Amino acid sequence: MVGVVVAIVWMKDLFSVVMLLGIYGLLTASFFVAMDAVDVAFTEASVGAGISTLLLLVAVAKTKRKEHPVRHKPYIALLVVIVTGALLIYGTFDMPRFGVADAPGHTHVAQRYIQDSYEEIGIPNIVTSVLASYRGFDTFGEVVVIFTAGIAVLALLSVVGGVSGVRRQSFYEQHSMYEQHKVLRIVSKILIPFILMFALYVQFHGEYSPGGGFQAGVIFAAGLILFAMLFGLSTAQRFIKIAWLQLMAALGVLIYGAVGVVSFLNGGSFLDYSVLLENPVAGQHVGIILIELGVGLTVASVITLIFFTFANRKEQYQIVDSTGE
Amino acid sequence: MLIGHYNYWVVVALMMLGFFIIIAHGNLIKKIVGLTIFQTSVFIFYISVAKLDGGTAPILAEGFTDYANPLPHVLILTAIVVGIATTALGLALTVRINEAYGSIEEEFIEKQDNQSC
Repeated sequence: MVGVVVAIVWMKDLFSVVMLLGIYGLLTASFFVAMDAVDVAFTEASVGAGISTLLLLVAVAKTKRKEHPVRHKPYIALLVVIVTGALLIYGTFDMPRFGVADAPGHTHVAQRYIQDSYEEIGIPNIVTSVLASYRGFDTFGEVVVIFTAGIAVLALLSVVGGVSGVRRQSFYEQHSMYEQHKVLRIVSKILIPFILMFALYVQFHGEYSPGGGFQAGVIFAAGLILFAMLFGLSTAQRFIKIAWLQLMAALGVLIYGAVGVVSFLNGGSFLDYSVLLENPVAGQHVGIILIELGVGLTVASVITLIFFTFANRKEQYQIVDSTGE
Repeated sequence: MLIGHYNYWVVVALMMLGFFIIIAHGNLIKKIVGLTIFQTSVFIFYISVAKLDGGTAPILAEGFTDYANPLPHVLILTAIVVGIATTALGLALTVRINEAYGSIEEEFIEKQDNQSC
């Protein structure tokens, strides 16, 4: 891992940097599996190795590929980095040894989650029960952050108006991968339904196995983006309307918030699912499924939306370039 | 003793490499990559703290009593997804800067700013 990062520091070609970052993401994900953090590994594999590589690639394609060589020598920066690093290493000597059971991190609140969560929430995946129930309010905040980031990207990059339809069509006929790569097209045609199915499985089986709304949303978005890359953006956007995606993103946040308000009305506190049904454990179950659905909707539509917004902008510029000169 | 802190040292090394990219490189996309690496090193740190010797993944099952600490997992899981959303925002800003200045190198952008003053 350190080796890959050193290579990233030296590379001037931004395309290789992005590819190396994808490898780095995959390595990090395998490290998380080794550390018993399966849920996190799942997320990192789909986000770090998949979506972030893709977004960076689109951004590199939109800007410039080569990095300009640095004029001034980076000695001061190097000095700062080495001093800070040495101080941090010095700090690690006070840390408890890696993996011991009596480290402060393991002795306080974590024990309670491990021992009591099954009776209180009724689902085996502790990560999901902490995420969706005990810390439901934090997760709500995070969904809102994702939603806000999506809106901000839209505000910065969305294209008002557009190029006339005829010119657009001819451009896509030349450039979309649909006509050019037959093997890719057929293989992905077979794969896409399975990717979407898998996303739904991860979404609704998240209480029993690693998974949940965040991972499912990202995987679902990856399937849609693959579709858009293969069949061209205009084809994809005929089926997946941008306005529709915006609506879905808002709907996800709304579902999450509404569950909280309903538990208010039933006499509990905000996002207390126990009051949703007669039986508190069943109520928790329903609440978790609903809010995971909200999370999944928001994450999937925001990430697809971000990709479309980036790609739309890029294609419009290319069209202007090729016709203007 | 040495093996016990090996993980934290890798974290420090990654963090410092990311930090170095952020302060020493002028290219905005490279800076965002550096930020991502810095971020990942923090994730690795949290997950290392959560690891328990002889423990298993925190999904309750028959026959296991030791589990890794689920709380850091929750924090990092959401942090990763929020991280990609903010990275996308940073990239959107970079794309707009490129349109306005015709460059994503800090030096050129500063030069243009100084000229216009």
